[in-house]
Amino acid sequence: MVASLLLDQDGTDVVAPGASTALPRLLPRTGLPGPVGLADHLALHACMPHVGRGGASRGEMITLVEDSGLSGRGGACFPTAVKLAAVARQPGAPIVIANGTEGEPASSKDKVLMATSPHLVLDGAVFAALAVGATEAVIVCHPAVRPIVEDAIRERKAVRLDTVRLGAVDAAERFVAGEASAVVHWLEKGQPIPTPTPPRLSEAGLHGRPTLVQNVETLAQLALIARYGARWYRAVGTQTEPGSMLVTVIGAVRRPGVDEVAIGTRIASVLDGAGGVSSPPQAFLLGGYFGTWTGYWDALDRPLSQAGLAPLGAAPGAGLVAVLPSDACGLVETARVARYLASESAGQCGPCVFGLPAISSELESLASGGPCDTDRLERWLGQVDGRGACRHPDGVVRMVRSALVTFRSELDRHRRGLCCSPGGAPILPVPTA
Amino acid sequence: MTMRVPLHLRVDPIACDGRGLCAELLSELISLDDWGYPIIRDGEVPADLVRDARQVVRTCPKLALHLEERSAAR
Repeated sequence: MVASLLLDQDGTDVVAPGASTALPRLLPRTGLPGPVGLADHLALHACMPHVGRGGASRGEMITLVEDSGLSGRGGACFPTAVKLAAVARQPGAPIVIANGTEGEPASSKDKVLMATSPHLVLDGAVFAALAVGATEAVIVCHPAVRPIVEDAIRERKAVRLDTVRLGAVDAAERFVAGEASAVVHWLEKGQPIPTPTPPRLSEAGLHGRPTLVQNVETLAQLALIARYGARWYRAVGTQTEPGSMLVTVIGAVRRPGVDEVAIGTRIASVLDGAGGVSSPPQAFLLGGYFGTWTGYWDALDRPLSQAGLAPLGAAPGAGLVAVLPSDACGLVETARVARYLASESAGQCGPCVFGLPAISSELESLASGGPCDTDRLERWLGQVDGRGACRHPDGVVRMVRSALVTFRSELDRHRRGLCCSPGGAPILPVPTA
Repeated sequence: MTMRVPLHLRVDPIACDGRGLCAELLSELISLDDWGYPIIRDGEVPADLVRDARQVVRTCPKLALHLEERSAAR
């Protein structure tokens, strides 16, 4: 099956069953509830060509991923091929961790993907394992979807589909639990907390082994690239950010939920896919709770891509598009999310442990029309930014700073003791303790 | 003239518990945030402070302060 890989590199399209540039690619097109079973999965996509005897070499597999331009879908958009190569060149027995933790309360895309297309995720885990020379892969799943993933693994074992050993375990249900080193620490010690760098996980991760931690959507994309090639993958998306991405659209839209769009799709079109706005909108939170608030009209015509959102200081992140209606208060939403994120600190680093609650209290006072020392708030944001072992404090600072800019006219009203929308229903979900 | 390797101070934020000795002993390079945790000034440690920096690294009761060649990847 090396032939198909070489053909693709020569520039000839690889036509395989099910290959199409139409969307969705990852999510099933049937619209039927429940997961796509193994028989249907293989009927649609066939087996992965690079797997098994006589398959492509590890170097060829990684080159294929490099040619595709695939980047990580956990939020950081890191080039997948670089990550694969970093693990592949290490001595020792590597391991692959498929990260389906999705600790972000507003995001559902990884859960929906695993619940509907578990075999694409598993295929991708197998492909990644073979590419880095690993013989096992652990799927860390949100508990809501673990039974589905386990059923899928059983289906594959029954027909001896894989040469890679697959297993599924529950993810920890915390915000920080999805951070790569926290996933490793969770598997190793039962504590979902980030660990310091160095060492890099690619050098010494789970039990000291070279470890690849890859988001489940990234792996599902790999499963399709393995079959249909880099050119096919690049047929949608932009030149520099090719492919499709999963998005979670919530807030003031008629049909909130998960969708798959080409990277670079105008945000207005993303909203159309969710049935359009359901009430007059005022702002977006883009990327996730570590993301960026923007004015509604500022972002509406921007492409959903890194390049498209950079002028707004925003990024697609983990694919969250939250629409804030004009009868909600952005400061109230920000204060509630900041308090939740403060409570979700792993509790290891002083500036995060003390700084985030202090910032939250200041925001709560501001949100309720009480006194707020904005100079002190700015100083605290500066003192917390970049000062943890992980990016948790940085993410909170990014979100809060963008709120102070986006909702500045609201801020002035609050300082005069007025709030445009006291007591409205919360827009951004926060788990109750 | 001898070649000098640039040295940088780095605090391990997990190990650090904010005793603040470092900022007292090396206020030229280390200040404290509002909660008493050290903020290291950006850039390399000037040659005339390297001796003091080594001393402070040894003094930290939590061994949370490190003097490293190259800027530390965070």
